[in-house]
Amino acid sequence: MTTASQIETTFREEHGRILAALISQFGDFTLAEDALQDALINALERWQIDGVPRNPAAWLMTAAKRRAIDRLRRVEKVDHNPTILDNLATQDETDMDDSIPDERLKLMFTCCHPALALEAQVALTLHTLGGLSTPEVARAFLVPVPTMAQRLARARKKIRNAGIPYRVPPADLLPERLNALLAVIYLIFNEGYVATTTDPASDDTLTRPELCYEAIRLCRVLVKLMPHNAESLGLLALMLLHDSRRETRLNANGELVLLDEQDRSRWDQTKIQEGIAILDQALALYSPGPYQVQAAISALHAEAPTSDDTDWKQIAALYGSLAAITPTMVVEVNRAVAMAMAWEPQIGLQMLLRLENEADNFYPYHVACADLLRRTNQREAAADAYERAIELCGNNAERAYLQRRLNEMLNP
Amino acid sequence: MKYLLLMYANESAGPQTEEERQAAGPTWHALLQETKKAGVLIDSNGVLPTADATTVRIRDGQSLITDGPFAETHEQLGGYFVLDCQDLDEAIQWAEKIPTAQYGSIEIRPLWSAGA
Repeated sequence: MTTASQIETTFREEHGRILAALISQFGDFTLAEDALQDALINALERWQIDGVPRNPAAWLMTAAKRRAIDRLRRVEKVDHNPTILDNLATQDETDMDDSIPDERLKLMFTCCHPALALEAQVALTLHTLGGLSTPEVARAFLVPVPTMAQRLARARKKIRNAGIPYRVPPADLLPERLNALLAVIYLIFNEGYVATTTDPASDDTLTRPELCYEAIRLCRVLVKLMPHNAESLGLLALMLLHDSRRETRLNANGELVLLDEQDRSRWDQTKIQEGIAILDQALALYSPGPYQVQAAISALHAEAPTSDDTDWKQIAALYGSLAAITPTMVVEVNRAVAMAMAWEPQIGLQMLLRLENEADNFYPYHVACADLLRRTNQREAAADAYERAIELCGNNAERAYLQRRLNEMLNP
Repeated sequence: MKYLLLMYANESAGPQTEEERQAAGPTWHALLQETKKAGVLIDSNGVLPTADATTVRIRDGQSLITDGPFAETHEQLGGYFVLDCQDLDEAIQWAEKIPTAQYGSIEIRPLWSAGA
């Protein structure tokens, strides 16, 4: 590894933890970010000459603190914040020991506060905790850089102006806030796993692996800092299990490959083993929830040596449990598909029919119908369904797959 | 931090008759007492309906006075609280206790201060 990439790796890994500690100390998101930014620029200059220091995190933390104090001194605000500077002045600089307190939980919950718009929550989480630069986050969500910069700036401003507290929520708020945090992490993962906003004109691929990696990494931090939480473990397991298949979701032409056609020898067994182990940990806590159920379904797929070995009856039963907890349309559609596979396509089709009225704009519904109609040789109806699905489709790889199936229906 | 909590509801939602208003009374009273006891209450009151509102604008030096609210909206202002809270989470918790939240909306605005 060259020094430049070593430096970049270090920055990425330490960014969240240092920023979280800085915000704790200075009570100001913007000041902390600006100070860290200064420190990073400084580090880039010095480390390329002197090499990466023995304790890069401590080096960055010290540099950032100095920069923050400088900034505070330069601004008139100093008169209103004598206590902050006093406290820092009396602190012995040499007690900057190896352990920077890990305040990342506070940062995670603050980024995912309900008073922030969801897209702001996602952007802020990736930028502050994931250490992704503004251009990197912009690219991940296919928005122009100035738009993303503005989104982040507005979010920081809202945190300050509206008085969003920098803390782990108290026990009475924790369950709902934790759900929100998990939802953001999963959203980031899904954005990476199944891109829904590709520009049809570009040849964007199906997945953005960096986002999957970041989501898993964030969930690992969450699990480490808030252990014994079944749904956090469940989500981590779910993402690892999905991720184990990521390499096989696309073929050489950039076209979607479905579960039953994927090359299982290329599924990442390490991730599968880890996912299953973590799921077991979660289940042992006897605190069931939707992420755990979804992870269990994913595990059943992962454990089947071939597509025909898949335990569809178990999967159908699990979707039944999931539907009881979260009766959303996507769950009902998946449940219908599982029942079709466990018994016969007609059963699945009947279940899907019940959703017909509400599901007209729902992409997965038409994909599922098309598939089951195809399996029962109802070619015209299948073609209609494939066409509707293509209309609603949001990415190139999936569209290519659907188009291929449509052609098969039209030209037997 | 000081917050203005604005209570909005469609004027045909919530208590309509005198009996319904009387029935809702104790809940409002209890909430007021709670905010006083917690030391957060700065001010609170209801406002009379949009039928009693008057809007004033000055354009091109002309004073334009009209009957009614500044705009026709689906929900209308019904009252307010001014609270001094620790942070937004506390303001949210108080907002959740306001009866209007059940059938209308509570908008929380931080009051302007020198630091903002």
